[in-house]
Amino acid sequence: MISFQQVGKTYPDGTVAVAATDLTADSGRITVLVGPSGSGKTTLLRMVNRMIEPTSGSILIDGVDVRSKPAPELRRGIGYVIQNAGLFPHRTVLANVMTVPRLLGWSKEKARERAMELLLTVGLEADHAKRYPFQLSGGQQQRVGVARALAADPPVLLMDEPFSAVDPVVRKDLQTELLRIQSELEKTILFVTHDIDEAILLGDRVAVLNTGGTLEQFDTPSELLAHPKNEFVEGFLGVDRGVRRLSFFSSGAVPLRPEPVVAVDAPPQEVLARKGTQPWLLVVDAETKPLGWLPAQQVPADGDLSRVPAADLVSYGHAFTVEAESLRAALDSAVLSPSSRAVGVDADGRVVGVASVEELVPAIRAAQDGSSPENGR
Amino acid sequence: MNLFPHIPSYLGTYGSLIQQQLTMALLSVLFGLIAAVPLALLCVRYPKIYPAMVALLTVIYSLPSIALFVLLVPSTGLTQTTVIIPLAFYSLAALVPNIVDGVRGIPEDVRLAAVAMGYTGIRRLVAVDLPLAVPPIMAGLRVATVGNISMVSVGTVIGVGAFGALFTAAAQLSRSDLAVTGIVCIVALALVCDLLLVITQRLLTPWNKRRSR
Ligand SMILES: Nc1ncnc2c1ncn2[C@@H]1O[C@H](COP(=O)(O)OP(=O)(O)O)[C@@H](O)[C@H]1O
Ligand SMILES: [Mg+2]
Repeated sequence: MISFQQVGKTYPDGTVAVAATDLTADSGRITVLVGPSGSGKTTLLRMVNRMIEPTSGSILIDGVDVRSKPAPELRRGIGYVIQNAGLFPHRTVLANVMTVPRLLGWSKEKARERAMELLLTVGLEADHAKRYPFQLSGGQQQRVGVARALAADPPVLLMDEPFSAVDPVVRKDLQTELLRIQSELEKTILFVTHDIDEAILLGDRVAVLNTGGTLEQFDTPSELLAHPKNEFVEGFLGVDRGVRRLSFFSSGAVPLRPEPVVAVDAPPQEVLARKGTQPWLLVVDAETKPLGWLPAQQVPADGDLSRVPAADLVSYGHAFTVEAESLRAALDSAVLSPSSRAVGVDADGRVVGVASVEELVPAIRAAQDGSSPENGR
Repeated sequence: MNLFPHIPSYLGTYGSLIQQQLTMALLSVLFGLIAAVPLALLCVRYPKIYPAMVALLTVIYSLPSIALFVLLVPSTGLTQTTVIIPLAFYSLAALVPNIVDGVRGIPEDVRLAAVAMGYTGIRRLVAVDLPLAVPPIMAGLRVATVGNISMVSVGTVIGVGAFGALFTAAAQLSRSDLAVTGIVCIVALALVCDLLLVITQRLLTPWNKRRSR
């Protein structure tokens, strides 16, 4: 646990980078500091490993003041990842990752073994080990940066906009990877970003900072989206916070109806019966995997679906996985489908049922009214 | 005309001249480097003294070598040392700015990362700052080495000029072929040394993008 107690920083030129701030980053959780450029995020982060000394207040890690040991020793026990990875260009990937263990006096063999293990953890391959940083892509460099920070297994990880400089696709990968690693390692992570979407995706708790280093709100992402404390936070969250908040609620509550679902080899009389009651039929294959929508008026008069050319089936957009995916995914599925109906599938991709946009509304309403989400992400 | 004529025996042999030329030139570069590293680091640590240092180095560089040799003779005699001392100062003058630029040129995020990993002063210098400054340092070494190999010949005024003696002899004996030989040998030595330094640099910096690709 990292606690900031009335921590403030005024630079010698009079700039107040951080106004007296109280903040607690829970152990084993990701705490995100988000705010516009110049809101003191980096300053706040660097005061933890004493690359910057506060001008007031104190910072405790697990109850111990960071000033109680020499700064270099403190830093070797705290992982640090920065925007452009900051790898040592003259060292191989492996040697980069071995840095802190070697500084701590580990033997070469032990450090090497640990480094190899970490390269795999962060999704790199063993043959990346011998390369130099300039031979890696930006995303790979950033992975090495994360491996290097984790090398000595520090309980605390500081990350300063680690994914801001890579392209959106790679960023998405790195974010997913970080969540996966975190679910295994459970580090106490302090993560700085100026991107509110990243904050909401990664943070267990999110601290929204304003210029002048004032803490505007510190809450779970879902609370932040539901109840922004003031105009600044609301503005910073952006326009679609209501829809985005749905990503914190499980799609388990969506009422799914099986009636519109028919197998491609269903008996004609059953198909014709469904045709009478449903405006749209979802045609599924023998394994109940979705093939596409068929408007009722296009069902063949003899009810034989196997005669319908595949091209006549209307794409279902994408299906959502019941429970595993969020209400937001369910809503998106409905909105994207030409039939305005969301297709819910189980973990194996077999159709469970469908729900129209209207049928989703009560679940959405319940989520917005209920105070806490059932589902973490 | 024979490019490598017999040289009068009182001047020495090709082998002994090569040896003298290299000894004086390379030792002066080495001493220059040994002195330049701490001076440069001092300038990095205390940037305020750097302009004064640059001015001083410029003055040193502008001192005529002949004058320095003559001034040193009373204390160090007609020896190689008398030639090496001024040349070491020239090397120093060429190397200090390169080392300063090299260490200052280390990318900010690399420097930050080193601090954040828990490196302390000396260790960071040895493990991060100096290795990264190798390319500019090598550039300085090349300039100093080639310059000194040529400058050594001026030592002939006090009788220790290695191949420079061929120039004096050329004038005295009216044998211009000796002068040509002197020039050819000096240029060849300079080129060989420069090539060796280039190869050394490639071996030392496999991580350098511009060199390996
Ligand atoms: N060394 C410094 N001296 C003076 N002002 C600084 C210094 N470092 C940062 N600042 C100022 O402090 C404020 C906060 O900076 P920073 O912590 O880098 O913000 P962020 O990371 O949120 O962009 C900014 O106004 C910045 O200009
Ligand atoms: Mg910043």
